[in-house]
Amino acid sequence: MRAPHDIGGLPGDAIDTKPHDLTFWEKQVDALHVLIGDDKRRIATRDENRRYVESLGEDVYNTLGYYERWTAAMTRQLIEKGILTQDEIDAKVAEIRARLEAAGEIEE
Amino acid sequence: MNVEFAPGDQVRVRDDYPPGHIRTPVFIRGKTGTVTRVFGEFGNPELLAIGRDGNPKKTLYEVRFKQCDIWPDYDGPGTDTIDVDIYNHWLEKL
Repeated sequence: MRAPHDIGGLPGDAIDTKPHDLTFWEKQVDALHVLIGDDKRRIATRDENRRYVESLGEDVYNTLGYYERWTAAMTRQLIEKGILTQDEIDAKVAEIRARLEAAGEIEE
Repeated sequence: MNVEFAPGDQVRVRDDYPPGHIRTPVFIRGKTGTVTRVFGEFGNPELLAIGRDGNPKKTLYEVRFKQCDIWPDYDGPGTDTIDVDIYNHWLEKL
């Protein structure tokens, strides 16, 4: 079985090799990833995160951007390890969305 | 350190397709190459990926393959090579 990340040798489009700046939320995701894997917390290793990213399924994998995959993978890990619940995540997302909407910072 | 292979050894990559997080890319499985470097021992990523401590550690090698051995329709020079980092449990000595 070839997982969706393992595409060496398959036909593909040209690769965009231009460097691009990371957005603030991408840096936040990176920081969160470091924090849950540090020596103090040891919630998830880099290899575990890779396993979750690689098991998102081909459709999801190819739809999401790089840090969106990380976010999806970390969400599953934190739920499966009993650290967060889906309800807690949904409530927090709703709270942040309401705050940003009130501030006019969400573009629909 | 448990070193099973030395630079210059001919090795074949296992042609297996287990589930889980596997660092050996599909395109190189079943291919034959030559060990070029011994990087050292590292936690087994297949075990780290399922929350274990990665022990026993695995020795990581750099293996060089001829491009014309990897791609059936390769039309570049026969001297072109590709180096892939592969753990010892994915290699068989020829």
